[in-house]
Amino acid sequence: MIVFEKPKALTDAPLHYCPGCTHGIIHRLVAEAIDSLDIAGKTIGVASVGCSVFAYNYFNVDMVQAAHGRAPAVATGVKRADPSKIVFTYQGDGDLASIGTAETVHAAARGENITVIFVNNAIYGMTGGQMAPTSLPGQVTQTSPYGRDVNTVGYPVRICELLATLDGTGYVERVAVNNVKNVRNAKKAIEKAFRRQTEGKGFSLIEVLSTCPTNWGKTPEGATEWLEQNMIPYYPLGVYKDKYAEEAAK
Amino acid sequence: MAKVTFEKDLCKGCGLCIAACPKGILSLSKDEINQKGHHPAQIDDQSKCIACAFCATMCPDCVITVEK
Repeated sequence: MIVFEKPKALTDAPLHYCPGCTHGIIHRLVAEAIDSLDIAGKTIGVASVGCSVFAYNYFNVDMVQAAHGRAPAVATGVKRADPSKIVFTYQGDGDLASIGTAETVHAAARGENITVIFVNNAIYGMTGGQMAPTSLPGQVTQTSPYGRDVNTVGYPVRICELLATLDGTGYVERVAVNNVKNVRNAKKAIEKAFRRQTEGKGFSLIEVLSTCPTNWGKTPEGATEWLEQNMIPYYPLGVYKDKYAEEAAK
Repeated sequence: MAKVTFEKDLCKGCGLCIAACPKGILSLSKDEINQKGHHPAQIDDQSKCIACAFCATMCPDCVITVEK
C-alpha cells in the first residue's frame, strides 16, 4: 500500500528551487488539494513573478503567467470569463505584498471567488536577497546590511490581518511549513480554501510562511528553526477570518 | 513491511528529511554523487522504518515514495 507519493497535479519537471527551499513543499500541498478535490481538469492557475515564476512548468493544470503583482487581477478576469473554473494564484511576498498590493487588496475587497496562495519568506529571493516589505525589523538582507531600520524604511506588512478587515474576504489563514505538524495544518488550510471556492464562497487567501535558506544565509534545517523563532512570533499562525463559519455559528 | 524509496537524481541533498525522521535512519550518501552534483539522501536501515512519511512530508522535491 502506498502511504505517500508525488501528487498527480504536479508534472515530472524537476523543480528549479534551491536545495531546502520550501516552495517545493507548498507546490506539493496545492497539487494535493487539487487531487483530493478532483478538480485538475477545471483548474486554472495564475503564476506570478519571482522565484515561483516557473510554476506553470510544475502544475499539471492550465496556467496563465501574469505581469508582476497582477495575478489577482488576471485571476479575476479568468474567473469572470468562466465561473465554472477553479482559479488560483501562486504568489510570493515580493509579488503580492509589494508591487501587487493594490490588486490583492481590491480583489479581496470585491470578494472575487478565487483562491490566493501567498508564500511569505520575508525576503526577495529571485533577485538576490534584498529587503522585502515583509522583512522583519532588524533582519539583515543585501539592502539592509545593518538590519531593517523601521525608522527609515517602516514596518513589515501583515497581509492576513490587513485583509481580514475587509468585508469582501471569505477565508484568510496563515500557516507555515517549517515542520511536519505545520505542513499538515497547511495542507488542510489550502484544501479548505479550494473547497470554499468550489462552493462559491468568495475570496480566500492562505499565507504560507516559507524559508529561503540561500538568501537568509542558513542551512535548510537552520532556516526552518529561524522561521520558528523569528517569523512565527511576528506573523502569528491561525485563522484570521472565516466568514461562513462565523455566519453558521450565529 | 515499510519501504522508503528515493528518486536519487532529483534529490538536492538539503537534509530536511534527515532532520524530520523520528527514527534517525536517513543520511546523505558519502560516496555517491547524483546527476545534479549533490550527495543524495538514502535510508540506512529499512527494517527500522515505521512508514510515518515524515521524510516525504518535508521533502521539497517529491523525491520520496513511502509504502507499507
